[in-house]
This record gives sequence, C-alpha cells and structure tokens, in this order.
Amino acid sequence: MTVLAETSHPLSLEPVQLLDEHGDPADGQVLPPAAQRLQMYRRLVVGRRFDRQAAALTRQGRLAVYPSSNGQEACQVGAVLAVRDTDWLFPTYRESVALVTRGIDPVEVLTLLRGDWHCGYDPYHHRTAPQCTPLATQALHAVGLAHAARLAGDDVVALAFVGDGATSEGDCHEALNFAAVYRAPVVFFVQNNQYAISVPLAKQTAASSLAHKAIGYGMPGRRVDGNDVLAVYRVVRDAVEHARAGQGPTLVEAVTYRMDAHTNADDASRYRTSAEVDAWRKRDPITRLERHLRAVGVLDDAGVAEIAAEAEDFAARLRERMNTDPVLDPMEMFRHVYAEPTPQLREQAALLAAELAAEAEAPVGGVEARA
Amino acid sequence: MITMAQALNTALRDALRADERVLVFGEDVGTLGGVFRITDGLTREFGEQRCFDTPLAESGILGTAIGMAMYGYRPVVEMQFDAFAYPAFEQLASHVAKLRNRTRGRVALPITIRIPYAGGIGGVEHHSDSSEAYYVATPGLHVVTPATVADAYSLLRRAIASPDPVVFLEPKRLYWSKAEVALPVQTEPFGRAVVRRPGTDATLIAYGPTVPTALEAAEAAGEEGWDLEVVDLRTLVPFDEETVCASVRRTGRAVVVHEAHGFAGPGAEIAARVTERCFHHLEAPVLRVTGFDVPYPPPMLEKHYLPGVDRVLDAVARLQWETA
Ligand SMILES: Cc1ncc(C[n+]2csc(CCOP(=O)(O)OP(=O)(O)O)c2C)c(N)n1
Repeated sequence: MTVLAETSHPLSLEPVQLLDEHGDPADGQVLPPAAQRLQMYRRLVVGRRFDRQAAALTRQGRLAVYPSSNGQEACQVGAVLAVRDTDWLFPTYRESVALVTRGIDPVEVLTLLRGDWHCGYDPYHHRTAPQCTPLATQALHAVGLAHAARLAGDDVVALAFVGDGATSEGDCHEALNFAAVYRAPVVFFVQNNQYAISVPLAKQTAASSLAHKAIGYGMPGRRVDGNDVLAVYRVVRDAVEHARAGQGPTLVEAVTYRMDAHTNADDASRYRTSAEVDAWRKRDPITRLERHLRAVGVLDDAGVAEIAAEAEDFAARLRERMNTDPVLDPMEMFRHVYAEPTPQLREQAALLAAELAAEAEAPVGGVEARA
Repeated sequence: MITMAQALNTALRDALRADERVLVFGEDVGTLGGVFRITDGLTREFGEQRCFDTPLAESGILGTAIGMAMYGYRPVVEMQFDAFAYPAFEQLASHVAKLRNRTRGRVALPITIRIPYAGGIGGVEHHSDSSEAYYVATPGLHVVTPATVADAYSLLRRAIASPDPVVFLEPKRLYWSKAEVALPVQTEPFGRAVVRRPGTDATLIAYGPTVPTALEAAEAAGEEGWDLEVVDLRTLVPFDEETVCASVRRTGRAVVVHEAHGFAGPGAEIAARVTERCFHHLEAPVLRVTGFDVPYPPPMLEKHYLPGVDRVLDAVARLQWETA
C-alpha cells in the first residue's frame, strides 16, 4: 500500500499509450515535440530495415544465428532514446535494433551473431555491456554498475533489458531485490513479447502482469504499450529521471509481440497461430506513428520516401560490408584469457602457432600432402 | 603470534586503506564481521559504503560485483561457505571468467571471491566441500589457496591487486593456525610453488589444508627412513609446473595429496602432467591421496574421509622402493 502511494504512478494494468492503434493521440497526453517524433520515426524505419537486412544475411549464411527485433522496434528505439549517452545499456542477444539506435556500428553489433568474436564493440566507448545470452544475468551487472556509479557520485543510470521469459530466472529476482535495497539507479525494461521461444507468458507467471512484480520488491512498476514508441520513450524517460534523482529503480513492462520466430532456427508455427500474428500486425509500431505524423502534417509522401531511402542506404552499406569474409587471427583465442597468459596457455599457443605455420607452408590440400 | 584469520583480516584492512576502489561485501560481513570474523571491524573503520552486508543471494553478490568492477571498483566478495557459492556459479563461469575474453581484453574484472572451504572442522553437510576442481576447470580464473599465515596475507593482497578475477580459497581448518609473522609481508607471486620441506626420496605435492598434513607425514616418514620433500602449490591456477617437476626429477617419486574428490580432481591433472614431463625420471607411478568419491560425510565420519598422515604414508610405502 505505502509503496503504491509513494509512487507517482499507481500501478495500472492498462498499458500507457500516447498513440492508439490508429495513430490518434490518447486523451489528455502531451506528445514530445514534432521534431523528436519525426526522429523516432526515422530510427524505427532504419531499425526495421537493419533488422530485415540482418535476417536476409542469415538466410545467405552470413550470420550464424539471428534473433529478430521485428515488431519490437518501438520498445528498443524508445528506450534507447530515453537515456543519455553517459548512461549504460545492458542488452541481451535480442537488442540489435537498440544497439544500432545507440549508434554502434551495425557490423560490430552483428559480430556476435556472425561468429567472428563474442562482442564486436568496445563496451566503454558506447557505455554498453556485451550482448548477454545467459538469461537475466545481465540485470545484476546493471545493478552493480548503477550502485558503483552512485558510490562514485556520478549521475549515471543503467538500463537493463530483460525478456518476459527471463523474468522467471533467479537472477532477475535477485537483481530487482538488490536494486530496491540499494536504491540503485536502474531501470529494468522488460519487453514482454509474449513468448520465450515457444513458451507463452501464461506459463511463465501467475502474476496479473510482469509490472506488478515490482510491488513485492518495493519499487514502482509501469506497463506501457510497447508498440507505441512515444509511450515507451515517455515511460522509460520518467523512470530514468526518477532513478537519476536518487529515487531508485523502476520495473517497466513493455507489452509487445515478436513478429518473427525466436530466431531463424525456430519454427513459430508449432506454437502459435497465424491469426494471432495477424492481429498484432495491425498494431505495427511504424504504421501507427506514420499515420499520426501524416495526420498532423509532419510527414508526407516525400518525407516517407526520403527516410526509406536513408534506411535503404544503411542496409546497402551493411550488406556490402557483411559480404566479405572477416579475417580472423586464431592466435587471438589465447590473448585475452588473462592479463598474463599462464605457462600452460603459452605452451598451447605455441602448439597452435606451429600448426598454423605448417598450414601456411603446405600447398592447398595440405592435410593430404602431409599424410 | 598471529592466526591466519588475523592475517586475512589485516590484508583486507590494508587493501581498503591502500586503494579506495577496493570494496568488501557479502553476507554478514558488515556489522558481524563475517561468520569467521575475517571482515571484523572493517565496516567500523571504513564505513558502510566500503564494507557492507548484501541481501542473501550469492548470484546477486557476484553479479553486482561484475557491474561494480566494470565501473572501476575492485570488489572483494565473500561466499559464506564453499557449498553456498554454487548459486553464484553461473555468474562465475559465464561472466567473471569470460568477460576479458568476450570483449577482446577491453573489460577486465579485478574481482576477488573469497570462499572458506574444505573440511576438518566438524561442519554439518554443505559446510565442508572442496570445490576447487570446478574452479580450476574454468579458464579465466586464478585459483589460489594459502597454507601459511604469511601466504594468507600476501596472496590475498596480490589477489586484490590482480587485474584478473581470483577465486581465493581459505582453508577453514587453518583459520586458527598460528605463526610468528610481522605484517605486512610479501611472499612469492602467483604461479610459484614453494618447497616447504626439502627432501631427497619422494615429493609430496599439496596445497591449502593438506600442506600441514603432508609436512606431518614427512616428519613421520623420517622415522621410517624416507626423506620426503613437500611442495606447496599455493596457486592452482597458474600452476607452477617448473617447481613441481624439478622436485620430482630430483626425487623420482611423487604423491599428490588433496581433500577434493579424487576422480577428475586436481590431482589427476597434476599426476598426468608430472608423468608427461618427468616420465624418465620416475621410479614409480605418481600416486594420489584424496578425498573419496562420495559426498562430504557427516562430521562423525570425516576423519575416515580426510586424507590423513597414515594414508599418505601408506601411499609413500607403495612407491616401489623394492626396485631401488
Ligand atoms: C540461463 C539460460 N537458460 C536458457 C537459455 C536458452 N534460451 C535462449 S533465449 C530463451 C528464451 C528467452 O525468452 P525471453 O526472456 O522472453 O526473451 P526473448 O527471446 O523472447 O526476447 C531461452 C530459453 C539461455 N539463453 N539462458
């Protein structure tokens, strides 16, 4: 009771919406300035085009795997635009569009998924942790970093991305609890895309909503329409500023839908109907914002075409750069295990170096030649 | 005379004093000073910001330590007991051990994970595990375990100063062992084993809680006419092959002694390495005296489980002396 009263936003099951599904502003909501709305549209369109390009690269065998953001662009774009460059992101494997929106080179975003290294970018440069695969483990890193920033006297906020399925993991619980006890400046941003691979939300939790879980930890919980980029931006920004002001963490649940299968390797028809997918297609985040921007005269055919061309350009450059084979140095495996390699690692490195040298000397088909 | 517990406490205090990025946290480490009192008085002296109690969640402790280390701090976390460190294993194996590698060396994690470990103190179940095999099998971690009071201090200071994560295993039963040591003291660095007792006939290879056992066995063996050398590994990773193999080449015989289970335990690795490198110097197969492959027994049976002096001497007797 006291917790709910303390928060300025009593927890409602109805997701916050600034634009309804037809792109009409919800009653009584003040929208961000037109230029900012247009910028969000641009990021959405570029984000989706990037996502489609990544999916295509996967079909061409250029990526080892791709977990698509299709349908979730408003979540990722809205959340990233709501934080400052000095804030930290803690993404999962799903957050490619978020990272591109952050300004990270798309080739570096895809390094993990292409398989040439585990993380392509410099986390310190972008204040973005490596994409995290062990579910919910990154939520604890976000709490630790936020707590550390506070100890250091810096007004840095950490934004932790979590999936709906991952909220069942123990680490998610521990992160929420630690953050609340420490009053750490963290925002937990759950993209509830309705499925964890094949398992629907109803099998993850008996709670009325994921946002409701916040009550038990003593922090505010918010539900937002995850296909409404303006609403995501507003709710996350409020939570971020709440954290920055020393008021502690917030749990945000963005209600959305994963339009594609879990990854290219998954077959979604085994666990959901096309009727369900079609119903969500009507709530598309880009169509919705485009309708609104056209209705208020911020966007016209020419504007749409210009942004589409920019996105096309982005995709074409990515395609071109991804169509070359990356050059890898196998010896790098040994380089970053410890600051100083152990004697045993030195020995193993020497073994591989000798193998590589022999390979380089041997003509093509060297293995047979040696045999 | 000071105890190993006092040496560890002083090491933490000196580290907190020397570097303001050092933070100490875990379960009951604040007001109480830890269940073994290793962090006694630290909160009083350095304040709650630098030595603090966390909620009860080991994955949470280690996971938040990762975030703090990413932000430039040097966390020293305590896992209350060996078997209660298991909830943190995912963070340890998936992140602590791998982050430097995943980020091509861009993100280092200078985290020290202190774990009171091993048996011999009459603890009921889950309070006596020798879990080092899990840690040494995880590339990216340093694994350290002191056997002397001086090493307890010095190795802990080195662990905290290390740019890489260190699993620091504290032999519970040696917490109250005593020595005449003036602190601060500096002993050999990581990756250097030390000959604790020189000898000519066989080498006992031990670490942590079994070093005193090995020394005692060596004394007793003297009465039977065997002059045994005792090597204390001090750090399992990095492993000092050079010192170990030099000793075995001199003596021609070796027994590895540890409390952890024998099957796929550290002794298996050590015996294999010694055999590979010293084969032509060996007068007998390398033997192992280890804990049995059973869950750590209840306190009333632990004396039958722990590798004791007699079992070590029996192994020494089996080193094919008749061929000499
Ligand atoms: C600890 C752990 N267990 C299992 C997996 C395998 N796995 C990868 S993604 C996934 C589903 C996650 O679903 P959700 O959290 O809803 O995120 P989404 O993939 O829908 O974005 C599973 C089970 C994993 N990565 N980590």
